[in-house]
Amino acid sequence: MLKTRIIPCLDVKDGRVVKGVNFIGLRDAGDPVEQAKLYDREGADELCFLDITASSDNRGIILDVVARTAEQCFMPLTVGGGVRTLDDIRRLLLAGADKASINTAAVTNPDFVRQAAEKFGSQCITVALDAKQTGPDAFEIFTHGGRNATGIDAVAWARRMAEYGAGEILLTSMDRDGTKQGFNLPLTRAIADAVPIPVIASGGVGNLQHLVDGVTEGHASAVLAASIFHFGEYSIAQAKTALAAAGIAVRPITEVAA
Amino acid sequence: MAVSTGAVIIDYGSGNLRSAAKAFERAARDNGIDAAVTVTADAAALATASHIVLPGVGAFADCKRGLAAVPGMIEALEEQVIRRGKPFLGICVGMQLMASRGLEFETSQGLGWIPGDVVILKPSDPALKVPHMGWNDLALRATDHPALAGLSTGDHAYFVHSYQLAAADPGHVLATVEYGGTVTALVGRDNMVGTQFHPEKSQEAGLRLIANFLRWRP
Repeated sequence: MLKTRIIPCLDVKDGRVVKGVNFIGLRDAGDPVEQAKLYDREGADELCFLDITASSDNRGIILDVVARTAEQCFMPLTVGGGVRTLDDIRRLLLAGADKASINTAAVTNPDFVRQAAEKFGSQCITVALDAKQTGPDAFEIFTHGGRNATGIDAVAWARRMAEYGAGEILLTSMDRDGTKQGFNLPLTRAIADAVPIPVIASGGVGNLQHLVDGVTEGHASAVLAASIFHFGEYSIAQAKTALAAAGIAVRPITEVAA
Repeated sequence: MAVSTGAVIIDYGSGNLRSAAKAFERAARDNGIDAAVTVTADAAALATASHIVLPGVGAFADCKRGLAAVPGMIEALEEQVIRRGKPFLGICVGMQLMASRGLEFETSQGLGWIPGDVVILKPSDPALKVPHMGWNDLALRATDHPALAGLSTGDHAYFVHSYQLAAADPGHVLATVEYGGTVTALVGRDNMVGTQFHPEKSQEAGLRLIANFLRWRP
């Protein structure tokens, strides 16, 4: 049977790993390639790089990080951040990424998602949704690190992105990101239940129970976290053990050689 | 032992071949296999290759068109794989292209090496998502196949696909996974194998399969 994926995410700025709290107050903690190799050895199911450089000057640096990672880690790699053109995606894929994650550009130009899926195939197009809960059953898309409201209903938007050919959705609970209070579960469940494609839950993970909740209550196909892994609070193995203990099928870590 | 003199990965504009090439290089190096790995769109390169790899991502018909657009490539594949019997590995849509027909978006002809159609996944459980994306455990049907040496039922491989090869001859299915029904994971006959999963993304199990393939002299 298919296993629930655990995906460590590395926020990368100017070629270095960082992780912010609500995207403000970044802490620098290392070389992304070394971190990626560590997660690979630990049995992570995929890796994700989020390039928060986003300014054009240093955009090329991530390509080198991706290329060096792809030479050493033989597992799926998703890269997001500043993906705005078909050429951006092409460069990432050629460097060794398996999936490109489209965020703001999907909101400003939804047809870009359709073009990207037609050009490269749905399997390598992830659409990143940043959403907040704005009412009891109201979820809205936000852009620019959660600062800009769009007025777009998140559930309808997720359905539209799936129709446009997104292969999966990376859903970030923007009202939880960096808070360590856990995913916004009503939001996660609303999106996951609304679309036929896999949903990765992201944003707000502070402990292993949060990962479990994202699957059992949020109905996510995969869970993504950055800081709990990055700062060594928990290992991938501990996360897998916690999910398995909750009855969630995970890929066993024992078959991954050190 | 040095048995492979050169693996050719066919570049026909489908997806990222860098990580595939890196995985083949790593598998060769870690296993003492003397195999150069070449990514090429040159059909003539197949004549000197010892092993031929057809990757592929995206839609079946697009991939078929892309392959057909490379001058002489399909003819070279027929010559080297069918007539000369060189070991062949199809990966993902490259594996699906081994089938008779693809039914994704439109009906298009495959290479016709593994009789059967490429059909959409329809998991019996509606809660299961399509694409089938992630790690699934293999059930091996052909445990004595050289490409599967050292692999076991229960080993995990990485999948991302919405269609599968429904082989007309069950004997051509070498491994399956469960996803709301039985899904073809690996096909083969004679000198050819094809994986629906991505061995280049499947960590240890994937590198082992690649090394087995590079050693294979059917």
